[in-house]
Amino acid sequence: MCFPASGPDVAAAVRVAARHDRSFVARGSGTGLAGGATPVGDPLVIVTTHLTRILEVNAEEGYAWVEPGVLNLDLSRAVHHLGLHYAPDPSSQQACTIGGNVATNAGGPHCLASGVTAMHVLAAEVVLGDGSTAMLGGLAPDQPGYDLRGCFVGSEGTMGIATRIAVRLLPDPPAVRTLLLDFTSIESAAATVSGIIADGIVPAALEMMDAEITRAVEDYVGAGYPRDAAAVLLVELDGLPAGVAAQVEAVRRVGTEHGARTVRVAADDAERALLWKGRKSAFGAIARIAPDYYLHDAVVPRTRLVDVLRSVYEIAGEYDLTMMNVFHAGDGNLHPLIVFDQRDPGIWERVHAAGDAILRTCVDAGGVLSGEHGIGLEKREAMPLVFTADDLDAQARLRDAFDPSGRANPQKILPRGSRCGEMQRVPEGAWV
Amino acid sequence: MSVTASPVLDRLDELRATVAAADAVVPVGARTHWEVGNPAAGGVEVRAPAGIVAYDPAELTVTAGAGTTVAELAAVLGDAGQESPLDPRDATATVGGVVATGLSGPRRLRYGPLRDRVLEVRFVTADGRLVKGGGPTVKNVTGYDVPRLLVGSLGTIGVLVQVTLRCQPRARFARWFTSTADPFDARRRMFRPSCVAWDGATTRVLLEGHPDDVAAEASAAGLDPGAGVDAVLADAGPPWPDGPHRGRISVRPSRLRGVAPALDGIDGLGWLAEVGVGTVHVAAADPDGLVAARRVAAAHGGWLLREAGAPHVDGYGGPPPNLAILERIRAAFDPTGKLSPGRLPGEPAPAAPSAR
Repeated sequence: MCFPASGPDVAAAVRVAARHDRSFVARGSGTGLAGGATPVGDPLVIVTTHLTRILEVNAEEGYAWVEPGVLNLDLSRAVHHLGLHYAPDPSSQQACTIGGNVATNAGGPHCLASGVTAMHVLAAEVVLGDGSTAMLGGLAPDQPGYDLRGCFVGSEGTMGIATRIAVRLLPDPPAVRTLLLDFTSIESAAATVSGIIADGIVPAALEMMDAEITRAVEDYVGAGYPRDAAAVLLVELDGLPAGVAAQVEAVRRVGTEHGARTVRVAADDAERALLWKGRKSAFGAIARIAPDYYLHDAVVPRTRLVDVLRSVYEIAGEYDLTMMNVFHAGDGNLHPLIVFDQRDPGIWERVHAAGDAILRTCVDAGGVLSGEHGIGLEKREAMPLVFTADDLDAQARLRDAFDPSGRANPQKILPRGSRCGEMQRVPEGAWV
Repeated sequence: MSVTASPVLDRLDELRATVAAADAVVPVGARTHWEVGNPAAGGVEVRAPAGIVAYDPAELTVTAGAGTTVAELAAVLGDAGQESPLDPRDATATVGGVVATGLSGPRRLRYGPLRDRVLEVRFVTADGRLVKGGGPTVKNVTGYDVPRLLVGSLGTIGVLVQVTLRCQPRARFARWFTSTADPFDARRRMFRPSCVAWDGATTRVLLEGHPDDVAAEASAAGLDPGAGVDAVLADAGPPWPDGPHRGRISVRPSRLRGVAPALDGIDGLGWLAEVGVGTVHVAAADPDGLVAARRVAAAHGGWLLREAGAPHVDGYGGPPPNLAILERIRAAFDPTGKLSPGRLPGEPAPAAPSAR
């Protein structure tokens, strides 16, 4: 394990790994949930937590150059006085690094309108598998040739290690309103989500919490969430004042039409912050219920939310597990949360079996395996659920073209047998 | 909304066989972007199927055959009050053609580049296999971002046959304003204009949103509301410079101030800059004008992409950065270089292969 203090240090570490024919894996804060930064075999672990400098902030052009170990929230705090922010805001934003965000193409509640990390990375200086350094992308709007920057973001460290990243900074919106709507059924909450989109509104954020997690959060932070709600929606609208005011009224109307019991509009920034604290504390709150949790991440078409949620609860019942749901409803990004105590005998088997059933349900509904956590080790073997052998072969070709050495975080993302050559040796279906 | 049942994908057998058998293959759409970069050296021409495959406004996504025209797509989305702002200069362009060239439209300042809009791609590989990249949902990090590889790949990775795009509700009100205000100053005074276009004399601003907000923004930026022209549709773009030899400059947005007077010094050159983005559309009366504009771009750390005309001028002005990686990717997908030969930057135009 090594802790480089500069980009050239990272390159030197990768060259040492190459000399000893060892693989290498980059690691930021270790908040990843799919095991992308988990060392497999005996790799050199290159930890980026000492690379924490914000190298340049350019307010006029709206970008910042940062080192990969800069914490997500620290960047937004550092540019707050300029009226700017960094849009992707994963729930772990107090602890996760920008480098890790780039590796996983991280999301967050505000990605509904603003887009995930890939839409906010302008350029990245990366150290490749052979220890050489390349600048991918740039500050000019377009570069000749393939979009290497776009291929790199979300590649979970398998194409190299970013040592400097240029990210887009957005102007803070002049008006922001945050609403909390509560419902007596999860169906009416989901119908409200569709109704808002159908009304021509794409909120800045549109989050749903089910009954169990709402109670847990309220007991934990006292944000004023109704403890008896079957579901709550947290809706944030931002932009220019007249448009936001009209949208607040539209959301209120759509919610009421779909049976919202109350529509609470935060009166000021303090109340807004409190409502968000409830949402962002969800994973802390569940520690009061059971010591362990397994957080899932899958995306389904918005119109299938109700069906899929119903199936998710049925799966929980079938495996006798406590399941909670707190998720990015606006983009169909589900986060079923299985809460358990790992001291219970046989619990891991049930947790994994239920997780597998949830994934299959989401895929059957036309969804995908991950919306923002990534594939890593966790879902590698599930990739054939959504991709054919030819699809996986194409991904393997892209990866190998970036890293012919195969030393950059091997064994992540792609299941065994993804390359055509390998496939011929592996009986069909063996990797499922 | 699963799009596994697709009339587009169901009629690909002949195309796949043709691609697999040919020594050189050139995907053809509407030929509106035919000369972007370098034209293909030649080969068997293949066409992607057209037609909307799946569209549910509640999903804010649309799946279409790559041969569908942008005008048809815009009409279908428009009926539901939505859009996917590809905004090519000529709406007879096909969706596949726009995606393959990767050229963003004039509303990039607000809605982002084209590459952020493509969720899923289906393409036929050099050996005739049908491959999917990405997924149909608005959010997805399942595997490598193959759609971003295809955007701007100019038909050299595979023949695009179907794409899924992110849509958005159309703004309820949109208006172009014209003004003599300094465009950089005007832009700073507005929250999120859709386009700030500038030709060195006139500033043209597209504002979209609530009518009261549009009026307030225009007033704050010192724009003349009397000169406004309503424009909601994608085909009502800014006044593009016209001429037989066209290109687009890409520079850091702050360099436009220096680029503008230098372009004004070139005889017979018209230009229109997207302030805040760093794109400058140029049109020249003769090829030398394009070459001179390229020199200006390079002097400001940028580059010029030839879009049309000037057949003897290199499409890119030299080899691209990271050529070795580009070549490895190209070779991984197309070992013999038979897909759109000669179109990539840094790729020598081969002798025209025999068409079969």
